[in-house]
Amino acid sequence: MERNQMRRQVALTRQSLFDQGFLDEQFIQLEELQDDANPNFVEEVVTLYYRDSSRIIVNIDQALERNPLDFNKLDNYMHQFKGSSTSIGAKKVKAECTQFREYCRAGNGEGCMRTLQQLKKEYAVLKRRLETYFQ
Amino acid sequence: MSQNGIGNSVGSGPSALALDPATTYKITALVVDDDAVTGMIHRRLLDSLGVKNEVVRNGKEAINVHRSGNPFDLILMDMEMPVMNGIEATRELRRMGIRSMIAGVSSCSGDREKQEFMEAGLDDFQEKPLTATKLVSILHKLNKKD
Repeated sequence: MERNQMRRQVALTRQSLFDQGFLDEQFIQLEELQDDANPNFVEEVVTLYYRDSSRIIVNIDQALERNPLDFNKLDNYMHQFKGSSTSIGAKKVKAECTQFREYCRAGNGEGCMRTLQQLKKEYAVLKRRLETYFQ
Repeated sequence: MSQNGIGNSVGSGPSALALDPATTYKITALVVDDDAVTGMIHRRLLDSLGVKNEVVRNGKEAINVHRSGNPFDLILMDMEMPVMNGIEATRELRRMGIRSMIAGVSSCSGDREKQEFMEAGLDDFQEKPLTATKLVSILHKLNKKD
């Protein structure tokens, strides 16, 4: 009985990640690639994502301290960040990336900084939610 | 979908998408992408279809790997990469006489960029992220090409 309850809880946790817009169908693509020979594939990809993307955030933070801002460089960094966020299905993070790139194209530094703060929030919340899910 | 012991859904996998494993096991592929996450996913996609594969991180490495070894049946070429991008690498590979199927895989969906990439010598173009369905369509094209 307890095992069934646990299964139900895990399924509900997973479903809430989609219902609340944290993840999109790309995450399901990753789940499809998990099998008996690769039982932790999704967790491994997500771990790699958080490791690699944290470096890009550092680069973006440093680039935002420059004066004048190099919007081309910022856009390139965010293009990278958006790419890997998209590949794990991080829907809300991806939306913030798109917004950031629009501000880059408009040369709006304040917009970039505001969006980055929001992005970091979404990024951190998703990380916590996924950590709970994988446990 | 089957359920494993802890309640996660385990997919039936892309091998269910009507590709003959006897064919795919003979195919070799090269993943060219600077993003480690994308590389990992593309490699796993190829593995799941029985396609032997390697990964390199930019266009220059893709050129070098061809200079030192056998060509691949399929190259999955990212567009934006440091050192040498996908457009330059595709042009150079074609100049070298490489006739492999080259599928551009990119998140850049601008028509102009896509056209430039196609004109560099691509056989196919798919928008990132690559899915099992997109990869199967590339492999079907590869079979027809042969």
